[in-house]
Amino acid sequence: MSEATLDQTTTTNAQPKAARFAVFGTSFLLGLVLPVTAGLLYEAAFRAGLVQARLLPPPSRVFTTLWKLAQSGELTTHVLATTVRVGMGFGLGALVGMLLGALTGASRNARRLLDPTLQALRAIPSLAWVPLFILWLGIFESSKIALIAVGVFFPVYLGVMAAIANVDRKIVEVGRVFRLSRLALVRRVLLPAILPDFIIAIRSGLGLGFMFVVAAEIMGASEGLGYLLVDGQQLGKPDQILAAIIAFAVLGKIGDWLIVVLTKPFLTWQDTHQRGA
Amino acid sequence: MLTIDALCKIYPNGTQALEKISLDVDAGEIVALVGGSGCGKTTLLRMISGLEAPTRGHAALDGEVIDAPHPAVGIVFQEARLLPWLTVAQNIAFGLDHLPKDEQDRRVDEALLRVGLAGYGKRWPRELSGGQAQRVSIVRALVTQPKALLLDEPFSALDALTRESLQDHLLALWETHRPTLVLVTHDVEEAVALADRAIVLQPKPGRIFADIPIDLPRPRDRLSPEFAEAKRLVLKALDGSINQPHSHQAGRVQSPAAGGSF
Repeated sequence: MSEATLDQTTTTNAQPKAARFAVFGTSFLLGLVLPVTAGLLYEAAFRAGLVQARLLPPPSRVFTTLWKLAQSGELTTHVLATTVRVGMGFGLGALVGMLLGALTGASRNARRLLDPTLQALRAIPSLAWVPLFILWLGIFESSKIALIAVGVFFPVYLGVMAAIANVDRKIVEVGRVFRLSRLALVRRVLLPAILPDFIIAIRSGLGLGFMFVVAAEIMGASEGLGYLLVDGQQLGKPDQILAAIIAFAVLGKIGDWLIVVLTKPFLTWQDTHQRGA
Repeated sequence: MLTIDALCKIYPNGTQALEKISLDVDAGEIVALVGGSGCGKTTLLRMISGLEAPTRGHAALDGEVIDAPHPAVGIVFQEARLLPWLTVAQNIAFGLDHLPKDEQDRRVDEALLRVGLAGYGKRWPRELSGGQAQRVSIVRALVTQPKALLLDEPFSALDALTRESLQDHLLALWETHRPTLVLVTHDVEEAVALADRAIVLQPKPGRIFADIPIDLPRPRDRLSPEFAEAKRLVLKALDGSINQPHSHQAGRVQSPAAGGSF
């Protein structure tokens, strides 16, 4: 009897796959309506001679610039430089944020010892570190990665600490009844329990990573999307600035999407009201 | 043998939850703790489990004082408390980490079979009904083969039919290794259906009001006159425990009604 029920679940799961894809497609297209319409209207206004496009070039010109950058291989260089910086800073910041967040979330003594200092450091605008990082680490990659890591660290730390402290006592008691060690309790109960919150924390961490890579690259870099921005400003090329902004948007969206897609298999257990949507 | 010796619990706010509870439970015996709400029955169970520390006195298993969760004492809570990110099989194997994988699988498969959930091993807890989840929770506590199993109103959230079937499941599981069972319940019928002894607790502060032996052969016929008579005795004691004046009367451990045999 249970076999039959299991079979049924598989078929009901397989059937709406096409339907679900259609839903995904529709919502994807729906999301494009607003920007595409705005772009087309502006393009039309430009063609009709209604707007002066010196400071705000029409989409056609921006995409031509983007295409030229891509063809000359410049875009790849810049995207790669930015991606490597964000990747390394994000990896470092997220890792340290996760470890310290788990420590302060799980142990009251660690929280009393570390959290006040970390909260004080968090209150410092991260950009204030830039001069110091440049003095300490030089003007090249290290100082940039350090700045990005600082930006990523705080949302991850805060998210993990709050999530661990908020894990249901009843679930933790199950771990205690089976006499898990402190470490086993973190690994087998606390970390899986906070996974959904953790994913949100690293997603906002990645967002901040992109914010700080721009800051780092604007302040001095010879390559990277942030460099394209500054270069566009200094040489009066708004189309290049917009091209870099679009590249940022695409890159950030891909990064976020990757986190969502890669973590999805670990969240199939969730019992949420929007499951499968 | 499970020994509870002059156990007191006073909460930091001054509330006295339990006063000098002493109780011996033989190995393999089934004891039901019955009482109105707020009489401290759950508190007592949590202290036997080692999850909470008593203010004075102690609980001990075979002479070994319980001051932290003990490997030979299992507990089943009112809610199933399955870990939602583990499958049913992984939940049952949660306390078997120290065993080799094939032994874990063997015990899990056997447990699932015994509670009528064969084939459910790969499901998520969210896919189970309340009764199924509680069955999984019971076998999760039993696969480690504890000497004593504590149950805190394990069936109170279920409908009457499911409850009766789970009580039968519990007895069947108990038959194999015969662990000591301490069952907290507010359901007199459940106490009489399962227990060798019903301990009626009295509130404010929690203490033992009556110790009523239930000397019926198993399997018990819930419709027999003997069953009804045992139920009446426990109910009467329960009534007495609730309507007692609050003044503390020491030495009142034997219900007048429970003096003789049936």
